[in-house]
Amino acid sequence: MYVAVKGGDAAISNAHKLLADRRRGDRSVPALRIDQIVEQLALGVDRVMAEGSLYDRELAALAIAQSRGDLIEAVFLVRAYRTTLPRFGYTNAIDTGAMLVERRVSATYKDLPGGQLLGPTFDYTHRLLDPEIAAGSPVDEPEQRDVEEGRMPRVSEILAHEGLIEGDGDMPLDHVTGDLTREPLDFPIERDLRLQALARGDEGFLLALGYSTQRGYGRNHPFVGEIRIGEVELELDVPELPFAVPLGRIRVTECQMVTQFKGSAKVPPQFTRGYGLVFGQSERKAMSMSLCDRALRAREFGEDVVAPAQDEEFVISHSDNVQATGFVEHLKLPHYVDFQAELDLIRRMRAEHDARRTDHVEQQREAAE
Amino acid sequence: MKTDRRHEKEEALARKAAMAALADAPGETLKALWDEAGLPRDAQRLRGPETGLVTVRGRIGGGGAPFNFGEATVTRATVRVEGGSVGHAYALGRDKEKALLSAIADALWQDASRRNDIETKIIAPLQAAQAEADERRRAETAATKVDFFTMVRGED
Repeated sequence: MYVAVKGGDAAISNAHKLLADRRRGDRSVPALRIDQIVEQLALGVDRVMAEGSLYDRELAALAIAQSRGDLIEAVFLVRAYRTTLPRFGYTNAIDTGAMLVERRVSATYKDLPGGQLLGPTFDYTHRLLDPEIAAGSPVDEPEQRDVEEGRMPRVSEILAHEGLIEGDGDMPLDHVTGDLTREPLDFPIERDLRLQALARGDEGFLLALGYSTQRGYGRNHPFVGEIRIGEVELELDVPELPFAVPLGRIRVTECQMVTQFKGSAKVPPQFTRGYGLVFGQSERKAMSMSLCDRALRAREFGEDVVAPAQDEEFVISHSDNVQATGFVEHLKLPHYVDFQAELDLIRRMRAEHDARRTDHVEQQREAAE
Repeated sequence: MKTDRRHEKEEALARKAAMAALADAPGETLKALWDEAGLPRDAQRLRGPETGLVTVRGRIGGGGAPFNFGEATVTRATVRVEGGSVGHAYALGRDKEKALLSAIADALWQDASRRNDIETKIIAPLQAAQAEADERRRAETAATKVDFFTMVRGED
């Protein structure tokens, strides 16, 4: 039974007004502009785009400002916004081999074609807080060097030439690409749907699961074959034009994780692979995603499913932080009637418990006499 | 007949390149170039400008079967200009004025008497700026390339 209880209107409205005030903070401090967030909190913006599953820097930055820097709340705002827009279609698949590369490293080949390009990385910094940033000191222009021409093949292509590694990952020809934004998930699911869910999954959750596989819970001995970050072109087929229309470029991070061998009576042993692809610059997320992708292929490789990271339904059902926060946080909403019922129940249980104890004591006394 | 088809193909490629330059352009840059060139802003709006979503696709392992990777905002417009030619525009983001100007540019591009204007005053400067920005980015990345060398230790 639901009983409507009214009376919170004024409190709610005043709470929202107070929230707006606290969000703005001290008025003598200049208000943050959206372009400042886009430029200077760029990796936070990337995370909101990735987990909000919507590539739009300005919208993600607005969501960060509105949520006071609470990134999961910002992801929620972005997800809510995207439901208000019509859909124009599916783009052609991006070609990460043709990326305008800004960072590219491999832990498996030192001298790979195109080389190791560190790019704007936190790696090899000393993790010492920098007072110059607090002082607002000017920053030097970056160095430049002549560019060597030539293709930068994905590392998987290099290993593939020798047949030492499995292919990129094909689906049967008649397979229709799954889309979890159109149809609810029905387990077990295929790898394409898993990758869609992982691409929008919570970074912290996937990081912890990826870490668990390294510590022995679904071990598969990974190497980073390659991480590359950069911009790729987007194109969309539309009926009004005789060619795929160019939409502009987006920045993505790709991780090719190479893991230990699998073979069969027909196929000699090969390296297996996990794949990670994330909006923006986020190699921690891309690496975690590739570890989880590989762990979740346990069934395909006939491995025993013994660890949480290998359990498809467990991982995919709990990776979405908007769903997770919705269900956890709903617990704070009024449950007065539910709780009243629980109170009645516990009072009845305690009364029965007391009655039983009184009976028991009386029986003992009678036995003693 | 064969040359006709080749001509058609070349024309489609050139139009696509122009649309790519427009889609990549920052809205402010396009608006400034447009005003400087004194090009018309009036056109009959056939569709939009309107903002919607595209679902971006990736490939498993980089080159395998497609999967749906995430969504992106896109704004599009379709216009008819004086003389009757119809232009289309699509670009990432939510800039409606940029989509409108891009659609007018596409329509004028298809009019043989206006194409040169659009190519020289809009497309060429956009492409030059984009090439320069890409070149700078490549050079900055190249400066972070690791040059491995081997240290010889001890005496032979």
